[in-house]
Amino acid sequence: MDWSALSLSLKLATWTVLILLPLGIWVGHALAANRFRGKAWVEALLALPLVLPPTVLGYYLLMAMGGASPLGQLYEAAFGRPLVFSFEGLLLASVIFNIPFAIQPMQRGFEAIAPEVRDAAACCGLTRWRTLWRIELPLAWPGILSAVVLTFAHTLGEFGVVLMVGGNIPGETKTVAIAIYDRVQAFDTAGAGIMSAALLLISLIAIGAAYFTASRAPARRHD
Amino acid sequence: MTEGIRIRLQQSGPIPLDASLECAPGEVLALVGPSGSGKTTILRAIAGLLRVANGAIHCNGDAWFDAERSLFVAARRRRVGYVFQNYALFPHLSAMHNVMEAMLELPAAERERRARDVLARVRLAGLEHRVPAMLSGGQQQRVAVARALAREPQVLLLDEPFSAVDRATRQRLYRELAELRRELAMPVILVTHDLDEALMLSDRMCVLHQGRTLQSGEPLQVMTRPETVEVAQLVGLRNVFRAGVVAHDAERGVTLIEWRRHRLEARLQPEFAVGAQVTWVIPQGHIVLHRRDRPSRGEHENPVFGKVVECLSLGENIVLSVTINGPDRPPLFLTVPAHTARRNGIAQDVDIGVSLLSEGIHLMPVDDARIRSKPEQGGGQLQGAGKMEH
Repeated sequence: MDWSALSLSLKLATWTVLILLPLGIWVGHALAANRFRGKAWVEALLALPLVLPPTVLGYYLLMAMGGASPLGQLYEAAFGRPLVFSFEGLLLASVIFNIPFAIQPMQRGFEAIAPEVRDAAACCGLTRWRTLWRIELPLAWPGILSAVVLTFAHTLGEFGVVLMVGGNIPGETKTVAIAIYDRVQAFDTAGAGIMSAALLLISLIAIGAAYFTASRAPARRHD
Repeated sequence: MTEGIRIRLQQSGPIPLDASLECAPGEVLALVGPSGSGKTTILRAIAGLLRVANGAIHCNGDAWFDAERSLFVAARRRRVGYVFQNYALFPHLSAMHNVMEAMLELPAAERERRARDVLARVRLAGLEHRVPAMLSGGQQQRVAVARALAREPQVLLLDEPFSAVDRATRQRLYRELAELRRELAMPVILVTHDLDEALMLSDRMCVLHQGRTLQSGEPLQVMTRPETVEVAQLVGLRNVFRAGVVAHDAERGVTLIEWRRHRLEARLQPEFAVGAQVTWVIPQGHIVLHRRDRPSRGEHENPVFGKVVECLSLGENIVLSVTINGPDRPPLFLTVPAHTARRNGIAQDVDIGVSLLSEGIHLMPVDDARIRSKPEQGGGQLQGAGKMEH
């Protein structure tokens, strides 16, 4: 069992969720509440990581973060080390490929709130913040919860993009999914088996907990 | 008028509007019109949920909206009590917290006490801690009313507040609202497509069609004395006919008109010149059926005779279509209690006599375009309104 790979995976998944949670709430809410020209294109762009092969996404991220890119140079100038093949670079890639997993469920969650409920909040004198905090978030929470779980589980399982952008540096970019591949390459099927089982268990618990909580949510009327 | 609310809204699209309304403190104004006539749009504009291209809204001297000055006060700053058609309660909050959300400016303890008071006022004491899904339709409506009143609003807006409850509950809620409104000091605007509701609950009524306010006035006045054929049609007056003005007799208080070779006496309406063509209407309540077994005194008033061509049973009442002076012309409609019809042996093809009470005969300018057009199917009429014929 490669504990450092497992803890790196958990750290990456946690940070990805922490970054995407506020971002997803903001974008999901904005997409649910507004209609504007070109909205379909914005939604398509955000959904792109769902359909793009991880290697293609990884390739573009590598190009965008590499030492020859403005972003890569800026990062290197500021921190004295390259962005690619670092945990920060991996986190940035992870946030980008998880965008659809975070935003779409949250957007659906906000869309399920009847528009009159928002109107009623405005007529009651609630500020936007109060409306979000007191009315919209509690009503959209099943969507938010499933976004969190999906993002977390998907980060644990991602392989292609991680390999392209992060490589395989123990303690820095070697996640558990990479470690499993590594073990299989080294004919250590027992090691790979243990880690696979661990990943399976964690994913199952996360998804199961999300479904269980959602099924116990009180019945709501959205008419 | 600085007290109360004054509304003027105009725009050509996306929803065309040309509306002008006033409502005094303590007054209930019913805004009636068929679906799609812009009733809810006007309420939303008053609440600040929608910005209209032109016009102004002033409430108790404050400008809430003035297109010329580019002034638009946000909904949450307007102090409007809004009861939505489906109540729009916060589904995850108890009745108590639904009401408490509407008075955030008060300290928490005060809020709870006030919420309890308001809920008790709408007879929901004991149910404060239930979420909307655990309340009946009528109880949800009361929570919505309580929430709207909790803000101490400067105007109360009710959007079809009785449409989502069953008939029995509705009757009870009518009574409750009628009681409650006596205590209310703010202007109340009630949107409805139901004329009976307007008649029962409002002091004044405004008829709306395709975003235009057509006529405002005391409900019975609007419903029996429409200013135009369009309004007559919208308030369900079915007996709309053409006639010529023959003479005015100020002494007797009558105007004589000629209709299908009958001289009819109408209430004196000297604004129509002798010799002019007019449209006239008579509400069904002003048509009296002659008894077939023995004639009585009232029958001297504008008697006309014809043949019953259709009997339409509406439960306790029967609507009769009677052709006067030949079957090719639009019939006269009258409603009689079923037992009266039975006792008088009224059935299809029977000849009957009726009196058109002169007090009910109301004259309007001729409107050729309107009178020829058929009433719109579906959305073109109000509930409780029949089809217009001529």
